[in-house]
Amino acid sequence: MCLAVPVKIVAIDGDEAETEIAGVRRRVSITFTPEAKVGDYVLLHTGYAIGVVNEAEAKETLKLLEEIASLSEVH
Amino acid sequence: MKFIDEYQDSKLARGLARKIAQRSTKTIRLMEFCGGHTHAILRYGIRQLVPKTVEMRSGPGCPVCVTATADLDKAIALAHLPDVIITTFGDMIRVPGSYSSLQQAKAEGADVRIVYSTIDAVETAKANSGKSVIFLGIGFETTAPTIAASILKAQQEKIENFYVLSLNKLTPPVMKTLLDSGEVKLDGIVCPGHVSVIIGSHPYEFIPRDYEVACVISGFEPLDILLCIDKLVEQIENGEPKVEIAYPRGVKPEGNRKARQLMENIFEIGEANWRGIGIVPHSGLKIRGKYEQFDADKAFPVSLKPPKEPKGCRCGDVIRGAATPLECQLFRKVCTPERPVGPCMVSSEGACAAYYQYGTPENLSGF
Repeated sequence: MCLAVPVKIVAIDGDEAETEIAGVRRRVSITFTPEAKVGDYVLLHTGYAIGVVNEAEAKETLKLLEEIASLSEVH
Repeated sequence: MKFIDEYQDSKLARGLARKIAQRSTKTIRLMEFCGGHTHAILRYGIRQLVPKTVEMRSGPGCPVCVTATADLDKAIALAHLPDVIITTFGDMIRVPGSYSSLQQAKAEGADVRIVYSTIDAVETAKANSGKSVIFLGIGFETTAPTIAASILKAQQEKIENFYVLSLNKLTPPVMKTLLDSGEVKLDGIVCPGHVSVIIGSHPYEFIPRDYEVACVISGFEPLDILLCIDKLVEQIENGEPKVEIAYPRGVKPEGNRKARQLMENIFEIGEANWRGIGIVPHSGLKIRGKYEQFDADKAFPVSLKPPKEPKGCRCGDVIRGAATPLECQLFRKVCTPERPVGPCMVSSEGACAAYYQYGTPENLSGF
């Protein structure tokens, strides 16, 4: 139920957007994410984008995980 | 960057697991509130990656599972009314009620349709103007805004045959109820990622403050969950419980204000009946008087026989984290995904379904 998957916005038409994930296209409502732009990833939940994925934070988390992996290898 | 595969890397997972093992000295119990987390933890073998000092318990975060039998009976009674179409998310249809199920009602001639989105439910109403279309509004804060949006759309487009049976539930109030009961002693909570996309991190702040229980919001990929467990272990080892976000690519501290505002415009807070827990004050969403023409509760009063719980089913205990599915005598023997006795075996987020599907002996060791 609380499942949400990141999908990429390829076009915007009013409060709806055309999104794409793994080659599959789907029209979704972006009424809750008016700040979403073409190229952004949004979290898709039952036909609605509920949030825009923050790419800078996503990269930051991966950097942190890589640091942890390399540090714990040393010890 | 697709924001999925990157967070499933096994080398990084082993690195995190080593860090958790190095850090963890105290024996602790964590609850993953969300059924989506329970499934991910079992599916990716996370229990095998974390040290034996860390116990994981599944919580009430499965909307289908926590729907009370009496509410399910009401949905089934509505399905049997003439000229009614029930629209619902898929899992609800197979959950046994006291005397029947939506699936059985459908077999007996009721019009019950599975929809992917509330948008589809509104479209069903538009396409069937001679019928009353009722959407079964289950879900937590993640889903409630989408249900609110459907009511607003029906009002704006003057769709007069669309109704919602509002069984929506709220997360922080039930966490409070579980902590107040003291039935299951917890050291930390893996807080639900997508509920938090909407509500943000502030509503959990009473938990470390009043109960000294650590709270970390987690995403749903294996690395997200391990990072969350690492932060929980760190907080507990340091004796400094607080609310942290381990899913910052999805969750902002303030949540999604626009979604929350719509939810607040359409719904008011009331009590809700939770399976296994009972009536929890301030944990439900009721449709405001201004929108009562869309309220299935008001439009279709039905009289019901007293609810009957399935004999021997321990879904209630599983929902509270007071028992694991393995402690239920029906699990795997009588209750299976093909012939489920309780909702926790039906739902794709139910703990029993997760234990059934992914519960190899190695995967369940330590439970």
